Amino acid sequence: MTSLTVRFAAELDGFSLDVSFEAPGCGVTALFGHSGSGKTTLLRCLAGLEPRVAGFLQVNDEIWQDDANGIHQPTHRRAVGYVFQEASLFPHLSVRQNLEYGMKRVPASQRRVGFDEAVALAGLPDLLERSSIHLSGGERQRAAIARALLTSPRLLLMDEPLSALDERSKQEIFPCLERLHNELSIPVIYVSHSLKEVARLADHMIWMEEGRIRAADSLQRVLTRMDLSVEQGEEAGAILEAKVALHDDRYHLTALDGRCGRVWVSRLDLAPGSPARVHIPARDVSICLERSGGSSILNIWPVVVEDICEHSASQVLVRLRCDGGGDAPRLLARITRRSCTMLRLKPGLAVFAQLKSAALIDY
Amino acid sequence: MPLSETDIQAIWLTLRLASVTTLLLLVVGTPLAWWLARTRSWLKQPVAAITSLPLVLPPTVLGFYLLILLGPDGPVGSLMQDLGLDTLPFTFPGLVVASMIYSLPFMVQPLQNAFAAIGNRPLEVAATLRASALDRFVTIVVPLARPGFLTGMVLAFAHTVGEFGVVLMIGGNIPGETHVLSVAIYDHVEALAYDNAHLLSAGLLTFSFVVILLLNLLNKRSHPEMFR
Repeated sequence: MTSLTVRFAAELDGFSLDVSFEAPGCGVTALFGHSGSGKTTLLRCLAGLEPRVAGFLQVNDEIWQDDANGIHQPTHRRAVGYVFQEASLFPHLSVRQNLEYGMKRVPASQRRVGFDEAVALAGLPDLLERSSIHLSGGERQRAAIARALLTSPRLLLMDEPLSALDERSKQEIFPCLERLHNELSIPVIYVSHSLKEVARLADHMIWMEEGRIRAADSLQRVLTRMDLSVEQGEEAGAILEAKVALHDDRYHLTALDGRCGRVWVSRLDLAPGSPARVHIPARDVSICLERSGGSSILNIWPVVVEDICEHSASQVLVRLRCDGGGDAPRLLARITRRSCTMLRLKPGLAVFAQLKSAALIDY
Repeated sequence: MPLSETDIQAIWLTLRLASVTTLLLLVVGTPLAWWLARTRSWLKQPVAAITSLPLVLPPTVLGFYLLILLGPDGPVGSLMQDLGLDTLPFTFPGLVVASMIYSLPFMVQPLQNAFAAIGNRPLEVAATLRASALDRFVTIVVPLARPGFLTGMVLAFAHTVGEFGVVLMIGGNIPGETHVLSVAIYDHVEALAYDNAHLLSAGLLTFSFVVILLLNLLNKRSHPEMFR
């Protein structure tokens, strides 16, 4: 389901932006890239905050911008919510007045997010009557998120909302973002330069580099793309969606069932059936030709070698496809070139992947 | 010693002149200050320099050129006569026009600084919250720039109360029309009526002190915090 169509091209103060992509109209799309890659500029274009940039932008069935045909809605006519890097609450208004500022400007018939709902989601009930200048960084950012939500946006844009916060404040915001993700069906574009954040929150991923798009696809597929993975170095790895199956209290383990099979991790404090997202770093996946008995490794899956790519002089990166056909999840394994040659790995070969570690993604 | 009737008339005239000038300057100065604070045009520096000119120009020079410009033989004066209007020199409206030019920098500079200090971010935030340009100005800029408005209005008012050179050049000394406080004091001194001069001068001194004090107190109270 595609419902965000974007095309922008511009030269801005020595920086050239040239992007064209489509994104789903639901879930969280991460706009990922290093600083200076043009993520924020692209986000500002989506909001109409770069009036000089021409292009095309369609959100669901509404065309917000089509400069070729003389359409260019100014920011205040676009149904966007924008959460800036620093919270930018209005200092002359209370928290409640800040929240109401946008809400009051949306006709009652178009409001889809209730005041109490947004306040509860952002955990603000006790802060409403405070002056916005007396909030902590985390509180301010939560208020800014609620304020944006209360305009009932068709597209929520978030520009690294965590980057200006300390660890403790990040921990406050994450549950709020996850609830947002689970409870409201507003598509989110989330700018980040942290793979960890992206891995935890996003469903879809747009990888930007020097004002261009390098990849735009589902999170799993982008993260297991070989050319991009090689550049991630130590951080390379795959993401698997799973559900908590059962707990083994005797050995303090939890079994998660995903499309690749069962994976055992250290005991989690989650009820059976709850969704869990698991990160499997490439450096912790090894390959063997036969299912070995007598291994200390708990998680061993049958997989098929799909692609092999040089990682460094001594190491290669191998992409493995789990059982279950063409769209089955992929894993990445980083092994020595010597092993690769010894095992005679080549695309199409059926092997076993041993997962030395698998960790729930937890920021 | 009670104030003479002419003195009371001079006080009222001065207050009226300062009030009218301040209100009109607010109307003219706000868009000018906004433009100066936001524009990237090459015209910015020349316009800023012209706006600041009254700060350094001797008031008599300003008054002299205004007299020539607005007089019956000047370009503006003859145009007004052609339109069937009275010329401005030696009238109250003429004083208002001169005072506006004379006090312009005192209104524009505090406003311009206040607008520049707000920066672009609050306006962008407000735009993403569906506020139109005018809405943003009224609900975000005006409250955040309150100290600038207060300072500009008070300074323009006080500065107009104290003007002398420009008034002499373009206003003359017509009771009830252009005979303002500063001119009245000058007249008393000329006539060696030092008691009367003392009374009015001490009044102006006290007024100026109280104005500055109040301004400082008010600005200290209103939002010293920057936008965060």
